[in-house]
Amino acid sequence: MPYKKAEQKFSGKINVCEIGVGDAAISIGGENSLPFLGTEGFKTAVGIAISDVTDEWSDCFGTIYGDDLKNPAALAKAAVEKSGADFLLIKLESADPNGADNSVDNCVATAVAVEAAINVPLVVEGCKNAEKDAKLLEKVAQALEGKNVVLFSAVEDNYKTIGAAGGMAYGQKVSAESAVDINLAKQLNILLTQLGVKSKDIIMDVGTAAAGYGFEYVASTMDRIRLAALGQNDEALQMPIITNVSNEAWGVKEAVSTLEDAPEWGDQEARGIGMEVTTASACVVGGSNAIIVRHPESAKAIKSLVAGIIG
Amino acid sequence: MAVKGLDIFKLTPKTNCKECGFPTCMAFSMKAATGGVPIEKCPYISEESKELLSEATAPPMKSIKVGAGETEKTLGGETVLFRHEKTLVNKNLFAVELSDAMSDADVDAACAKLQKVNYERIGEMMAVEVVAVRFASDAAKFAALVKKVAECGKIPMIVTVDAEVAKAAVAGAGAGAIIMGATKDNAAAMVEVAKAADAVLGVSADSIEALHDLVEEIEKLGYKKLVLNVGETSIKEAYANAVDIRTAAIKGNDRSFGYPSVVFANKLAAGNTNLQIALASAFVLRYGSIIVMEEMDFNAALPLFGLRQNIFTDPQKPMRVEPKVYEFNKPTGKDPVLVTVDFALSYFVVAGEIERSKVPAYLAIPDAGGYSVLTAWAAGKFGSTVIANFIKEADVASLTTSRKLILPGKVAVLQGDLAELLPEWEVIVGPNEAMQLPKFLRDMQA
Ligand code: B12
Ligand code: SF4
Repeated sequence: MPYKKAEQKFSGKINVCEIGVGDAAISIGGENSLPFLGTEGFKTAVGIAISDVTDEWSDCFGTIYGDDLKNPAALAKAAVEKSGADFLLIKLESADPNGADNSVDNCVATAVAVEAAINVPLVVEGCKNAEKDAKLLEKVAQALEGKNVVLFSAVEDNYKTIGAAGGMAYGQKVSAESAVDINLAKQLNILLTQLGVKSKDIIMDVGTAAAGYGFEYVASTMDRIRLAALGQNDEALQMPIITNVSNEAWGVKEAVSTLEDAPEWGDQEARGIGMEVTTASACVVGGSNAIIVRHPESAKAIKSLVAGIIG
Repeated sequence: MAVKGLDIFKLTPKTNCKECGFPTCMAFSMKAATGGVPIEKCPYISEESKELLSEATAPPMKSIKVGAGETEKTLGGETVLFRHEKTLVNKNLFAVELSDAMSDADVDAACAKLQKVNYERIGEMMAVEVVAVRFASDAAKFAALVKKVAECGKIPMIVTVDAEVAKAAVAGAGAGAIIMGATKDNAAAMVEVAKAADAVLGVSADSIEALHDLVEEIEKLGYKKLVLNVGETSIKEAYANAVDIRTAAIKGNDRSFGYPSVVFANKLAAGNTNLQIALASAFVLRYGSIIVMEEMDFNAALPLFGLRQNIFTDPQKPMRVEPKVYEFNKPTGKDPVLVTVDFALSYFVVAGEIERSKVPAYLAIPDAGGYSVLTAWAAGKFGSTVIANFIKEADVASLTTSRKLILPGKVAVLQGDLAELLPEWEVIVGPNEAMQLPKFLRDMQA
């Protein structure tokens, strides 16, 4: 018998979400099949991550960026140029009340300067303190009105402020963060839409883990979310997925151990990139529509992977 | 796959001779379809038909054994497309490629690397299992290289389309070698070679349709120990083929595609290590059975073996260790106590670092539901009461005179409560990451 393709028919479709403005705008999502198996609308966007606190970053980034490492706007420009990324993420880590506790105003100024320095869409990440992020991301949304940025991310404890300000008052995109669990992801999307945020303005951050560190849960969560969105046409899960693997990948021993710590493991920079590329690629085939990495070489590898699979 | 009674009935002579113990062929067939009576009870069903039937009742994807003895591994045998449906049973294998065109020095360097990247992770050895040897020009050198690979304890994959070359090489390859292999031009000759050596035969073709036709042709020649090449020229095609082949087998019940796959990531991204890592990662999730790389240094091995270990686990229950007090570096009753959870991964990471520190210590592990530190904490299974109760119940105070109790940095919030619950102990917040433990423990000792 000649080969006959076993078609998997899906009734659902992932929302298309546009981020950024003008020539620099990109859209993510839009697929009506599992990742890369359909014919229309799917191209994973690759983002490059920077932060306003880079003290703990591996030495290799000092070599790549030099003095720009201490200046977010200059760093943003260099990061986009060196990586060829489709968009940029700035983490406003200095805002952390348990860290530098930088003021909201200072951090907003950083975000504005970074936006002005680049010609690609912007994702603004808070400091992961729910209370501070509510205040911070609200002000960021206001200051960057009209720029169509992504607020990364709203969680259960602050979605009301971030959703109302970001998604509604100032017309930004809201990333909804949940902890590797399909039900939690769905619940937060529903809460945000009930608040009045349009589902096309929501992107999901369903969580991640470094390869080897509980990634099986991430893989299965993504598979289940995509099968529910496409197969069961579950509208509460049809938002595009955004995943930042940079913090996880560069935080594990395989990436952090110096050559001195682990001489048998060889070049530290190559290990960090390997960790990041592996984790990011696994997320890409799992269904991430926008994937964020730290090293320019990681960004290039993921762009080649996506370009290769799309052909 | 269920077979219908009617399908079996068609294979009986329909004579109702009753020799099977049933009044009619139909009655026998209905019972046989449910597995209630073996097909063999009817002496009149031909051997050929029996084989057809056992084929139809076989699982959708064949389990193919490669290697022999200590190196033996099973590929395939999967029944689902996604791991949340059911555990994926046979993990993919990793391979690197050598060739007779390489200088002896290069081959030696590659072999040395293979011996070096060989380590334990959560109770499992991590190493490249298969070595592909690609034929360039020198048949004698090629065969010698294949033999060397087998002697090194790796499963050889003989890459050549020349049946004579394959035949010579497989002689020294040991049992369970892979011959890569058959094309539309050499199928009959390659099947002969594979059959004689009882080797696994790799099948390659220009398109997925042609691959299907070729597999059917080879099956007709009577050989079914196969692995399928998803294609070496385009990433797009290789990815689509890997997914379509597995989907056809599992969802489409297409037995001719019910075989494990081979992905030559080294050919799809020649000279680009990072892209090879990206591809290998994608194919660990999406149906690569043997994934071939140019080389496997720690930068590729650490993440890829870790990913594979994650994906091929039981989705229902996390890997756990027994809650109890563990000892490291021969403590002598005056050494500090660290606390962590019973999630195997957390235990493994922490244990490795304490060993590396060479500082004698105890590691107390309460029942935390088998979750990671933060997950267990968020789930209410690793709070101050849980830890305090365990320290008391396990009578840790009698094991050591030290009263230093070191918490994972990620649950620093527990320090105050715990200090109140365990007044004799000095509750210390440790670092966030286990890898900072050696320095932390040594500093504390000083
Ligand atoms: C996989 C995962 C799960 C899996 C569970 C896997 C498991 N067996 O634990 C599942 C999906 C089941 C899960 C569930 C939940 N999860 Co969860 N999960 C994760 C995830 C992605 C990875 C965890 C992991 O495996 N880490 C790897 C292990 C090795 O890390 P570890 O144990 O912490 O060990 C490290 C350190 O702590 C240190 N260390 C360990 N022991 C010791 C000891 C000493 C002395 C020292 C010094 C150091 C040290 O060394 C290790 C390496 O450096 C994390 C997010 C992330 N990326 O980390 C979220 C995360 C832990 N989960 C979270 C949450 C909230 C939950 C849920 C409560 C969600 C919910 N509401 O249902 C549930 C709770 C479980 C339940 N059902 O009740 C949150 C916790 C938030 C917080 N800060 O409290 C996290 C951080 C995600 C997030 N960003 O929100 N989760
Ligand atoms: S033994 Fe075979 S032929 Fe005879 S009755 Fe049974 S099924 Fe029919």
